[in-house]
Amino acid sequence: MSDFGHRLSTSMSLKHILQDRRLAEPLLQEIEKTAAEISRTVRIMEVCGTHTVAIRGSGIHSLLPENVLMISGPGCPVCVTPTSYIDNALQLLETSDTTVASFGDMLKVPGSDGRNLAGYMGGGRVRIVYSPAELLSIAEGTSGSVVFLAIGFETTIPTVAAAFLQARRAGLSNLYLYTAFKTIPPALRALLSSPDRQLDGFLLPGHVSVIIGVQPYRFLEEPGGVPGVIAGFEPLDLLQGILAVLRQTGRGEQRVENTYTRAVRTQGNPKAREIMNQVFEPADALWRGFGEIQASGLVLKGDYREADAALHFSLPPLYNLEPPGCACAQVLQGRLPPTECPLFGSSCTPEAPIGPCMVSSEGTCAASFRYGEAVL
Amino acid sequence: MCLAVPMKIVKIDSAGKALVKQDDLETEVDLTLIEDPKVGDYVIIHAGYAIDLLDLEEALERLKLFRAMEESG
Ligand code: SF4
Repeated sequence: MSDFGHRLSTSMSLKHILQDRRLAEPLLQEIEKTAAEISRTVRIMEVCGTHTVAIRGSGIHSLLPENVLMISGPGCPVCVTPTSYIDNALQLLETSDTTVASFGDMLKVPGSDGRNLAGYMGGGRVRIVYSPAELLSIAEGTSGSVVFLAIGFETTIPTVAAAFLQARRAGLSNLYLYTAFKTIPPALRALLSSPDRQLDGFLLPGHVSVIIGVQPYRFLEEPGGVPGVIAGFEPLDLLQGILAVLRQTGRGEQRVENTYTRAVRTQGNPKAREIMNQVFEPADALWRGFGEIQASGLVLKGDYREADAALHFSLPPLYNLEPPGCACAQVLQGRLPPTECPLFGSSCTPEAPIGPCMVSSEGTCAASFRYGEAVL
Repeated sequence: MCLAVPMKIVKIDSAGKALVKQDDLETEVDLTLIEDPKVGDYVIIHAGYAIDLLDLEEALERLKLFRAMEESG
């Protein structure tokens, strides 16, 4: 134990311990044993794209017993954003002198005519941000308007809210948000209520949960629900989360459980939520793959609506239209493994992506393409 | 896009920004979203903002469990 205490003196060594194959072994055996006692296939959806990459990248999916299947869910913000959103952003660039700021992931997503935002990088009209905090200096240094393509889940939304408030305080009224934020619990509800669902449990997104805590998932405990386990991202975290889902399944339970306790508090992060709620309010939102889900988005509220890019620039409403042949919509609902899309790896690759699931590094198609056979 | 990493606060300035460090990596982050940050705390960083504190005691407890499993296995 003192040994652990010592090794824990930096969180980097914590990372190393959590990747330790020797410590993974007993967890894998426990998973094996628990799965063997359940005489059917258990389908566990990892909701979060970062989980998808972690599971694929570590090769955990290939170490699991045959009757335990990991399926990827809708947890990739770029992937669930409709193509028409890209079309609108392109239209904005063409019909005004607006500067568009975006997270890098969005730039290579094809619009409905195949063009993308990266095409505007050269002229400086499109700016990549790593952090919403950079929006302040971009807005400061731009004489015209700046529109931020505000996508993301609860992990990211408070950071945008904080940056937006900072910009307001600095008197920057040329910053607009084109919001296509999504919140996770309503999407889980939609997945649960799907009539032909094949789903035995959720691995719940660790960093979304850092913000929202445990409470918003409680509906999973109601009749018709499934086990839901909040998990971290290192190999031992993932194994522990998977084991917890299996144990609940074996016992016929359906509880919300938190196995990522070093990061996720039961109440989440109330201060971050307060800042988020100061700026945004719930609204219906359109998801690729799901259609419209009630109250699953967040938009600017009250006086801040004057900074809503969709209103200010009268952008057309969003609709869903998939690139021809692209099965991303089914992939996002966990209905189809990417490898069964006829375009996978042939005409659709990360270098020349057709759908968003192949563009974002967190997209299920991209993860399958990159990490086909990786091992822990 | 929900990738987040733990780093340690080494300095806090008056504007609510902090210098955080992990191994050789040093970067500036914004502390607006967290309650009562202190130098020496580990924070979870996402998109340039600390989104919460990391609880090392809890991490230690979990590791004890893993270690016990390894020893009994
Ligand atoms: S492989 Fe490409 S075309 Fe097929 S579903 Fe994935 S993103 Fe769409």
